Amino acid sequence: MSLATFLQHCLTGISLGGAYALIAIGYTMVYGILRLINFAHGDLFMIAGYLMIFTLADFPWYIAIPIVLIGTVVIGIVIERLAYKPLRSAPRMSIMISAIGVSLLLQNLATYLFTALPRGYPEIPYLKRIYQFGPLSASFVTFLTPILTMALVFLMVMMINKTKIGMAMRAVSKDYETAEIMGIKINSVVSFTFAIGSLLAGIGSILYFTDRMSVNPFSGSLPGLKCFVAAVLGGIGSIPGAMIGGFILGIGETFLVALGFSTFSDAFTFILLIVMLLVKPTGLFGEKATEKV
Amino acid sequence: MLKINHLKVSYGGIKALNDISFEVPAGKIVTLIGANGAGKSTTLRSIIGLVKADSGEILYNDTNIVGLPTNKIVGEGIALVPEGRRTFPDMTVLENLKIGAYLRTDKTQIQEDIDWIYSIFPRLKERHWQQAGTLSGGEQQMLAVGRALMSRPKLMMMDEPSLGLAPIVVQEIFSIIRKINNDGVTILLIEQNANMALRTADFGYVLSTGHITMYGTGKELLENEEIKAAYLGKKKKM
Ligand SMILES: Nc1ncnc2c1ncn2[C@@H]1O[C@H](COP(=O)(O)OP(=O)(O)OP(=O)(O)O)[C@@H](O)[C@H]1O
Ligand SMILES: [Mg+2]
Repeated sequence: MSLATFLQHCLTGISLGGAYALIAIGYTMVYGILRLINFAHGDLFMIAGYLMIFTLADFPWYIAIPIVLIGTVVIGIVIERLAYKPLRSAPRMSIMISAIGVSLLLQNLATYLFTALPRGYPEIPYLKRIYQFGPLSASFVTFLTPILTMALVFLMVMMINKTKIGMAMRAVSKDYETAEIMGIKINSVVSFTFAIGSLLAGIGSILYFTDRMSVNPFSGSLPGLKCFVAAVLGGIGSIPGAMIGGFILGIGETFLVALGFSTFSDAFTFILLIVMLLVKPTGLFGEKATEKV
Repeated sequence: MLKINHLKVSYGGIKALNDISFEVPAGKIVTLIGANGAGKSTTLRSIIGLVKADSGEILYNDTNIVGLPTNKIVGEGIALVPEGRRTFPDMTVLENLKIGAYLRTDKTQIQEDIDWIYSIFPRLKERHWQQAGTLSGGEQQMLAVGRALMSRPKLMMMDEPSLGLAPIVVQEIFSIIRKINNDGVTILLIEQNANMALRTADFGYVLSTGHITMYGTGKELLENEEIKAAYLGKKKKM
């Protein structure tokens, strides 16, 4: 492998990883607040893909993108209100089962509404334009993804550490009741968390599908699982961790494909998960395994 | 200021409070003493809206606050220093104080109040950058009190602030309770340390298994033979 090809694969891997990272952050944030693995998150990402197909049919891209992002956020918040909020004081297993239910519901709803046949993902010309940087050539989206991901992660970390709502999120993630007696509205903080997670899933979906060209009702499940693994790798609850986890998976997968092991590229994710759980169950950046009080 | 009428609370069918009534007059220190499991914490938790009352009234400045969400109740000027301190361990001391002022928007006043808390607890000032989880138990208790004060409460409720503290620190906490009260904050205090509590309080109520069994001024209860036997560890004179 020449240096140029090596760099080219690195770029592809980082870009794929960036899209993974954006989705992984949604898992990690929701887990941090509710101790819930939101199995429906990957499917929300798929729904965002369909939203884009239909919106871009009628609107130019600069209107379609905000519509898709807002739509994804609204769906994410509604899912939380209807399927998770009523179960907040129920045993944790109930809410997990509810999440699996929502995941299956979204997949079946999409199959029913849009059939199981893949639909072509529309091209946004600006994102697909090819650029040349020295020996590297790739579409704009490939360059954009990792940069956008890092910028968003930076913004998120700042928000969590420096703003009032971020402080409220940290408080709620540690101790509901004490957060409540500070005057924090738990429901608003949870909705806000789902809004941010869904927004990032919406952005991730645009970046991811632009490079993959088609969406089907199950397009969300495998990436969803992988991104969940990315979140666990990085240490679930940690946003920079989710980003690193996403990059590791993206780069790892890309190189396996490049080296001719494409059949193993999905298995790689789960092998990595198992190894991580055996060696360092809290992930790279995970906090000590403190059960919620 | 606060008037509890026939309050009943149960947890999944098991009665924790069975028709209790008591009163906290403005500007006073009132204490609620009682054995483990008597329902003291439940009383405070239902006042601040963390547990829902089955029936009865909680009148705060003559309006019934039963059923209001906790953030509204806090906004009305009631604060709780919870049992076991419950400071946010991975936030700094300063952040813990700031989160106490979560509902306030008056930035400059908040900064003044932080300075006021630091003047009451100089130890917190020295350690303002330190994570709360690394503070000693006594320091955490001070932080929990300071955090509650940051909401500028009119009524401050404290759930066993002396628990697990060395006698000298207990003295310090109680003298601060008096000081806060002198600054105009009404106090509802729960204690196992009946002796200290009754000495500090203007009024006291004795709670046993969900009932109020006795009440009086702090002094009267201190002299009471039954209380001496049950809570102050002194033999009843036959
Ligand atoms: N969340 C809960 N679920 C079920 N029962 C509860 C719950 N919280 C309290 N109880 C019960 O209600 C009763 C009163 O509890 P509470 O915590 O108010 O007692 P307490 O007077 O504060 O005791 P202590 O001095 O030990 O703190 C106890 O019998 C307790 O077991
Ligand atoms: Mg108690």
